[in-house]
Amino acid sequence: MSETIVGGPAYLVRGVAPLGGPPTDLLLAGGLVAAIGAAAAGLAPAGTVTIDGAGLVALPGLVDLHTHLREPGREDAETVRSGTRAAALGGYTAVHPMANTSPVADTAGVVEQVWRLGNDAGWVDVHPVGAVSVGLGGTQLAELGAMAHSAARVRVFSDDGKCVHDPVLMRRALEYVKAFDGVIAQHSQEPLLTRGAQMHEGVVSAEVGLAGWPAVAEEAIIARDVLLAEHVGSRLHVQHLSTAGSVEIIRWAKARGIAVTAEATPHHLLLTDELARTYDPLYKVNPPLRTAQDVEALRAGLADGTIDIVGTDHAPHTREDKDCEWAAAAFGMTGLETALSIVATTMVSTGRMTWADVARVMSSAPARIGRTDTAVRPQGRPLEVGEPANVTLVDPSTRWVVDPATQATASRNSPYGGRELTGRVVATFLRGRATVLDGAAVEPGAPAVSVGGVR
Amino acid sequence: MKHLLSAADLDRDAAVHVLDTAAQMAATQAREIKKLPTLRGKTVVNLFFEDSTRTRISFETAAKRLSADVINFSAKGSSVSKGESLKDTALTLQAMGADAVVVRHHASGAPHRLAHAGWVGSSVINAGDGTHQHPTQALLDAFTLRRHLAGTATDREGIGRDLAGLHVAIVGDVLHSRVARSNVQLLHTLGARVTLVAPPTLVPVGAHAWSCAISYHLDEVLAQQPDAIMMLRVQRERMGTEGGGSAVGFFPSPLEYTRAYGLDARRLARLPEHAIVLHPGPMNRGLEISADAADSPRAVIVEQVSNGVAVRMAVLYLLLAKERETLA
Repeated sequence: MSETIVGGPAYLVRGVAPLGGPPTDLLLAGGLVAAIGAAAAGLAPAGTVTIDGAGLVALPGLVDLHTHLREPGREDAETVRSGTRAAALGGYTAVHPMANTSPVADTAGVVEQVWRLGNDAGWVDVHPVGAVSVGLGGTQLAELGAMAHSAARVRVFSDDGKCVHDPVLMRRALEYVKAFDGVIAQHSQEPLLTRGAQMHEGVVSAEVGLAGWPAVAEEAIIARDVLLAEHVGSRLHVQHLSTAGSVEIIRWAKARGIAVTAEATPHHLLLTDELARTYDPLYKVNPPLRTAQDVEALRAGLADGTIDIVGTDHAPHTREDKDCEWAAAAFGMTGLETALSIVATTMVSTGRMTWADVARVMSSAPARIGRTDTAVRPQGRPLEVGEPANVTLVDPSTRWVVDPATQATASRNSPYGGRELTGRVVATFLRGRATVLDGAAVEPGAPAVSVGGVR
Repeated sequence: MKHLLSAADLDRDAAVHVLDTAAQMAATQAREIKKLPTLRGKTVVNLFFEDSTRTRISFETAAKRLSADVINFSAKGSSVSKGESLKDTALTLQAMGADAVVVRHHASGAPHRLAHAGWVGSSVINAGDGTHQHPTQALLDAFTLRRHLAGTATDREGIGRDLAGLHVAIVGDVLHSRVARSNVQLLHTLGARVTLVAPPTLVPVGAHAWSCAISYHLDEVLAQQPDAIMMLRVQRERMGTEGGGSAVGFFPSPLEYTRAYGLDARRLARLPEHAIVLHPGPMNRGLEISADAADSPRAVIVEQVSNGVAVRMAVLYLLLAKERETLA
């Protein structure tokens, strides 16, 4: 497969702005960034496809540290193939599918299966996340070492969807993964404080009568975990921060020198608990949508570096799991195909972040946390000559309206239907192979040059 | 108005109009022949996913007095217990030609979904959803309050009037109460002042934004001489462990609750002469209300039940026969 990728046509992107900087030419050939600048055109081999990059921004291929691909087990909601195709369309070149599949990804066998399915699909690199505890049960450590040393080379471990709430188990997990430079990605949710919880606990929950999910249930676990990570000298990654208090705790922990990284989802950067007034389960998500003050704190935290990355928490669900009353519906929303646009809309258009910052929070930082920056097939590398040609081209000025029915994900539970967003992924390259051109997926093996609009 | 989902759906004039219509309905119920032909040919479905004999009977009586055909659909023994979704149940009822669906559901927002998810085209009346709303209960409470406290010698019903100037205390499990939420909104809309009284564990976080005062001390509120006191049902299962887990109770014991928040003869005597006692039922005698208080002449609890029929007749009439402006 890798020969096919390397053997595809070279691409010369003319007049593109790497990280939003001065326009230049970019030659992607032999699977690498072969040349940058005025010399690139001259080095283009015969058969090179030229792309007019005027007005486009080039980013390193995006890396999602938080994805749900649902396979094995819930192929009715998403498969590795459909989910990774959606990821490519969203500008991603690597994703980390979470372990809450059926069976749970808590053995070397399951993570290798998912890894192979990703390889076979060929849309992005798939780096499975291993479960921390057997069956996500929260009582016994899964065979973390076996997963780390499997072909899938797992470095990120998480019981995502469930919190590792037992403090002793959390401590052991944090300590154990030091042996292979792993990281525990925690879903911070105190289970007793959130029993039956449906939405953020506050003014809106009081009025609409949905059981409240207090901010403290997230913040108390984060506070505990950063102290545990400090005590045992381990790396901790805190998933999907949703409250202003969580941002404050992370800021404090980083100032203290604790090796903690933090993540925000696109939806928590944009949507608020006011949407629960519609009782439409499209807005039911874990952790829940919070208040406008929390959204502002997350944006500020992402801009000042307290929050390291944006992770999609892409969570596809079948229609029957959302076409019902709120309390009966599943938690989660899709996000791979809208993440870049939401970050552009909320952070770049508002002047709070540059495109270089976007590259940091959506590519280089997640790759570093997941250790894919030093993997056999590196991700999140800088746009420099000799680096792998994992590149995403973005049109920052396009305004478009989200239509869940036309998305590539197999599920339709996007909360953004009808919403206008700014900035859109135009092309994605995985080690030099175009997976997306002109905003359309390029099926593996298809003759890329035939796609309209190129050149 | 097509649906009645929340007390917040009604502004002051709409609420007074419902109460005035209910007064006309109540007047017809004093006649020898109680049945009106108004909704002949209309079908009303009582869709009850939760047990509530009194609310279902009240709606059934109201619909039958208006000559509507009534179908009772209760979750017990139906296909719902076999896992049929709310959506499929709704589609089935729609196919049977329901003009109005009266829905009681354990999930907050279920009537809202029925009305707005595009599943059914009929009117939806919320007969109580989770811990959200129970708007006809608030209407019947307002109707009862108006009758006793805003009527005059010449106009006992207080036609055209609201509840301006009245002070109503609502006491008990506010956290889990759809009755409290509905009443806070409707009584405020009608100009009354509401004070919620509960132990802090039974006041929802976020209730500070509601249009009411909140107190943790019943005796202090009684000293303010409220015009009416509404006692909410306190479920014994709120005390102690829930669902077999380690969840702690909302209060230490029934005895401690009764001491601090129960309405007994001693507290009843401290209310002003004209004040009335309400309870949405069913009562826990000896817990939130003593037998002395429940059976006192100032308790209008039984009258609330008959007023409930009149108010529900008014709501069904206004939603389904709105082409006619006045009663026949």
